[in-house]
Amino acid sequence: MREATRSADEAGMFAAGVRLGLDHLKLGMWLFLASEVMFFGGLISAFMHFKVNNPSPESSLLDVVLVGLNTFVLLTSSLTVVLGLAAIQRGDRRGLIGYLTATILLGTAFLVGQGNEFATLYRHGITLSSSLFGSSFFTLTGFHGLHVLVGICWALSTLVKALRAGYSQGSYLGVEVFGLYWHFVDIVWIILFTLIYLI
Amino acid sequence: MSMSTEAVSPGRGWRRYFTWNTDHKVIGVQYLVTTFCFFLIGGLLAMLVRAELAQPGPDFLNGTEFNRFLTNHGSVMLFLWIIPVLAGFGNYLVPLMIGARDMAFPNMNALSFWLIPPAGLIMLASFFVGAAEAGWTAYAPLSIQTPVGQTLWAVSVIILGTSSLLGAVNFVTTVFTMRAEGMTFWRLPLFVWGMLATSLLVLLATPVLTAGLVLIAMDRMAGTLFFSASNGGDPILWQNMFWFYSHPAVYIMVLPAMGIVSEVYPVFSRKPIFGYKAIAMSSMAISILGLTVWAHHMFTSGMDPRLRIPYMISSMIIAVPTGIKIFSWLATIWDGKIRFTTPMLFALGFISMFLIGGITGIFLAAIPIDVHVHDTYFVVAHLHFVLFGGSVSAVYAGLYYWFPKITGRMYDERLGKVHFVANFVGTNLTYLPMFLAGLLGMPRRVSDYSPEFTTLNLLATLGAFLLGTSALPFIYNAVVSWVSGPKAAANPWRALTLEWQTDSPPPAENFHQPPVVNSGPYDYGQPMGVSGQAQAVPAVGD
Repeated sequence: MREATRSADEAGMFAAGVRLGLDHLKLGMWLFLASEVMFFGGLISAFMHFKVNNPSPESSLLDVVLVGLNTFVLLTSSLTVVLGLAAIQRGDRRGLIGYLTATILLGTAFLVGQGNEFATLYRHGITLSSSLFGSSFFTLTGFHGLHVLVGICWALSTLVKALRAGYSQGSYLGVEVFGLYWHFVDIVWIILFTLIYLI
Repeated sequence: MSMSTEAVSPGRGWRRYFTWNTDHKVIGVQYLVTTFCFFLIGGLLAMLVRAELAQPGPDFLNGTEFNRFLTNHGSVMLFLWIIPVLAGFGNYLVPLMIGARDMAFPNMNALSFWLIPPAGLIMLASFFVGAAEAGWTAYAPLSIQTPVGQTLWAVSVIILGTSSLLGAVNFVTTVFTMRAEGMTFWRLPLFVWGMLATSLLVLLATPVLTAGLVLIAMDRMAGTLFFSASNGGDPILWQNMFWFYSHPAVYIMVLPAMGIVSEVYPVFSRKPIFGYKAIAMSSMAISILGLTVWAHHMFTSGMDPRLRIPYMISSMIIAVPTGIKIFSWLATIWDGKIRFTTPMLFALGFISMFLIGGITGIFLAAIPIDVHVHDTYFVVAHLHFVLFGGSVSAVYAGLYYWFPKITGRMYDERLGKVHFVANFVGTNLTYLPMFLAGLLGMPRRVSDYSPEFTTLNLLATLGAFLLGTSALPFIYNAVVSWVSGPKAAANPWRALTLEWQTDSPPPAENFHQPPVVNSGPYDYGQPMGVSGQAQAVPAVGD
């Protein structure tokens, strides 16, 4: 993907673009995340529409404390991504590997927590087709969970590249772009946690 | 097709068009040719629909078949033709116009294209399992009750939306990071501004349709209740999600088209464009305003009456930036040294027919008129004047205008003019009677009608068949000229934009030397302009 610009930059062709001071991969990621905001915006609107207009007693079955703990786990994983990036910026490759591993473990723990929550609700008879609450709750949190899963896979491939010494003090764009995605997924969760569990 | 390109530019001849190729010019041609094939399929479906409607009463399609043909006509034309064909122009032209070697993400660019053929096949394959029949708008709850083809339809549109999204990420990144030295934002050709405005809309609006389609697919496959009214679900929610995308989609379908004609008018009037910044900024204004008008499609859907007035006002305000463009184009042509070439004729056809479509859009934004003509043929006529009279005319203008650049050959001007006349007469003959039928109360999307509408419908059907036939001289012209037309010069139109300052067709990586831009794209008649752009790429091609 980067070949075209890299060779072009060598030729000094894109001086106008260089002045932007933003790598095209990062800009592309920001644009993609803007579209993701709108995707979740659509799903959140649907959820809130039903939450406001068809309030359901089933929402009292949600376990705010356990999910709050899970939220803490996910937020910590954002911290480890930041620490990992800071490590490689210092040239500390082992630090990056350690923090990426921690990120993957924390992300997986979040998914396990979510699976546990889903199973509990399922035992109470709440399913995708049991009620509007079930439909909108599982769809919204499920799509967020899928994004976490994608993020874990991405973290794994970043980890593999880090193990093969693919990143260095001067070259860590891949970690940065992965970080953008991971933080985005975290921020979405903060919004979902607030809208679904707190208000 | 293969000979000319093989001879002039490196690559693997015609075979490269069937491969995963990351050259934006190859991808551009892949887009243009593939989507044109879908255009022909969508056109054949339309002709079947019009044939059924030539006379009242059931003739050869039953109601279900009629609904299926109609639904797929609309879906193919919008999702597989007009949106991706404009992305095809964007792929071919944006890097050339800004002096770049390729798009920012060449592999993702190839992916954007290669998502389209399978998505098209999925949509059309649904005919074998009971095709979608809920209209291109897929209104719930009908769309969660129809046969399995509707699921394929939803999957297909999700894939096409993803293709469109990846393309938009690519276009915006390319324009922001890959411009040649001296190519400031105020020197971008207006087509590039159009692609930029469109891409921002795609980024913000398409994901909401994707979310809505996901909910439809979940309702159909996972048993969720989102749109199931009998279980407390809300079909109006679908209308909101659908139109949040699908009204801006009209601007996605027309802003690049406006960009194309903005390239054509100054070249064939030999004048600088009038109001360059006004045209560029009005595209951005349409993008932003376009996100605020969707519920004007729902005036009769039982929405809160207090919301109608704001949506009416925001819809009507869109006429302001659109009017700015139209007057700027007229002022560009005014007193120019006009050459009535085929691209110019189509561009003039665009302005006249788009105007009819645009003005009737203001009628429809007015609540009292909309309530009266909602779901009648008036709406059908309005939409087709915008998208067929407007966008498709601009697409043809662009195809003729850039034909020598893309193929290195000249098309036949006489056949082009025959095509224009047949297309122009056919469009008006097809859609003008629909305005009358609609005002008289003929409902759309029904396979039968009251005999009083027979004459109007017969006229529309004749027009539709004329339109279908009008594609033949174009296809013949394009194929024969591509194979054996006279060789085209690098800059046969004496245009100033960068794509004309390199060979026809352009070499791999576009320019022999990195271009340096030191004047605007439309500085016709200004010595600085011509010499400036000529200096940009010294003496390449012939």
